[in-house]
Amino acid sequence: MKYLRTNDLKMLAFALVLFAVLQGLITGRVLNSFWQLNILIVGINIIMSVSLNLINGYTGQFSLGHAGFMAVGAYTAVVLTTNFHVAFLPALLAGAAAAGFLGFLIGLPTLRLRGDYLAIATLGLGEIIRIVIMNIDHVGGAAGFKGIPHKTTFVWVFFIMLFTLFFIKNFVNSKPGRACIAIRENEIAAEAMGVNTTKYKVMAFTIGAAFAGIAGGLFAQCFYLINPLSFTFMQSFNYLIMVVLGGLGSITGSIAGAFVVTFLSAALASWPEFRMIIYALALIFLMMKRPQGLFGYMEITNHGIFRKILKGGRKHA
Amino acid sequence: MDVTQLVQQLINGISLGSIYALIALGYTMIYGIIKLINFAHGDIYMVGAYIGFFSITAAHLGIFPSLLISMIVTGGLGMVIEKLAYKPLRNAPRISVLITAIGVSFFLECTSMYFVSPTPRTFPPVFENVAFHVGPFIVNSQQLLIFGITIVLMLLLTYIVERTKTGKAMRAASYDVETAQLMGIDSDRIISFTFGIGSALAAAAGVLVGVYYNSIDPLMGIMPGVKAFVAAVLGGIGILPGAVVGGLILGVVEALVSGFISSTFRDAAAFAILILVLLFKPTGIFGKNVREKV
Repeated sequence: MKYLRTNDLKMLAFALVLFAVLQGLITGRVLNSFWQLNILIVGINIIMSVSLNLINGYTGQFSLGHAGFMAVGAYTAVVLTTNFHVAFLPALLAGAAAAGFLGFLIGLPTLRLRGDYLAIATLGLGEIIRIVIMNIDHVGGAAGFKGIPHKTTFVWVFFIMLFTLFFIKNFVNSKPGRACIAIRENEIAAEAMGVNTTKYKVMAFTIGAAFAGIAGGLFAQCFYLINPLSFTFMQSFNYLIMVVLGGLGSITGSIAGAFVVTFLSAALASWPEFRMIIYALALIFLMMKRPQGLFGYMEITNHGIFRKILKGGRKHA
Repeated sequence: MDVTQLVQQLINGISLGSIYALIALGYTMIYGIIKLINFAHGDIYMVGAYIGFFSITAAHLGIFPSLLISMIVTGGLGMVIEKLAYKPLRNAPRISVLITAIGVSFFLECTSMYFVSPTPRTFPPVFENVAFHVGPFIVNSQQLLIFGITIVLMLLLTYIVERTKTGKAMRAASYDVETAQLMGIDSDRIISFTFGIGSALAAAAGVLVGVYYNSIDPLMGIMPGVKAFVAAVLGGIGILPGAVVGGLILGVVEALVSGFISSTFRDAAAFAILILVLLFKPTGIFGKNVREKV
């Protein structure tokens, strides 16, 4: 326990240094607005991929509807801040609560399904959420919701991301988290050992959905306008790719995956016609050569030479 | 509710449903053998539509030769994709294969956007559209073309699957790949053949959609692809008549929803059906309950 705690503190200290550096770069206007926006998007994508990893990687429940929960969080938050002038944080929390509640409602019946059936059901539910939003005129319908105040700042994104990481890490190491991992390894065996599989699956799904809701609220308030088309199942695929790229069941992997995917697409933005082709080929190639993702189950914090890697391995972040 | 309008929407729904059925057959066959949701299947349908388009506009062929060329070339493409992308992952975890399928799907969409431009193309009027009045109802010749070709292809498929040796091997492989292999069936060849047939059927659907809706674009395959999967699940995945029935039901429901409620809820209706089926009878209409063994 003590070991973990010192590690946590080291990570926290490292995170604060990273924060100071990035904040310095932003306030010092070293980074132009394009890269500033991308840093925000990376943070949001990390929240999305880590929360999806809890569902897909740690609990082994294949969800393809994560963008739908993000949409619920995004729309709840922007309606509250724009139309009802609610403060930023309560609006985000309301978005998280709405997305989490929906995740709970959806998870309860659908998590009885397994594997591909669950994947396609969550994909369908994500799309239904999006289509329903598209048909609510109060939130702008298909044209999108306009006039959102830019309230998302780097400080908010960074600390909410940090909170998400610590929350998910601690959840995974807790009793419910171990139950989730048992379900991933073998659902029938877990049930035979007395794990209430439905309870823990729904729990993981609800927590994942709630964090997706927070990420949605942050995402929406980076822009002047949000549109239901930002939350299609292609977007869910994108988050899934981040998770699988980094390694299912590795928080470090999800961070790396979010980082690589976001910056790869930002860096290739000047060649839009090749961007997706390269992306697609990289994906196919990666699955052939390293199907467990970049990190597999590994966490850099579990590594014996943790400090050394921490010094060298994350400098680029 | 007006009865005439209802029957009219049924006719429209069945023609749309035939298209879904053709795509769903490929899905269900591939899933039946290698248990892969081939997300690239919808894009193969798109490629089929483009090949049909170019053999009509550039090679000045008629509708039937173009259909045949499109089916052959796309069938070949399906086999090549299987060989290059899926075969190396035969023993990999299922999720890697699924991600690869998503990658192949992106690849097909983006390369076709690059080569044929993302702007929609107008499909040339190769098949004269004559409206037939049957009593108070209208059936047009394009709808009859869709029904006709769908029925012919399905009869052909039934013949291949039920009467030929390869079809027998396909059925054996979909029942149990490993045992089929032990019985001397070359499963790689059968899987490749299945991809070929499935892709050819999707290509036929693509050309027919081009003729029916007059417009094709590189992203046209995404939604029909997912919906055809819904159709396959609805009928019972891995079961050929199930895919056809599922496709037809889905088409009819969509036509009814867009005719009587609102066309914006069309897609939601398809997914709502999916969720209901999965909750109440996850094995689909024709599926049998299979007990999971530890």
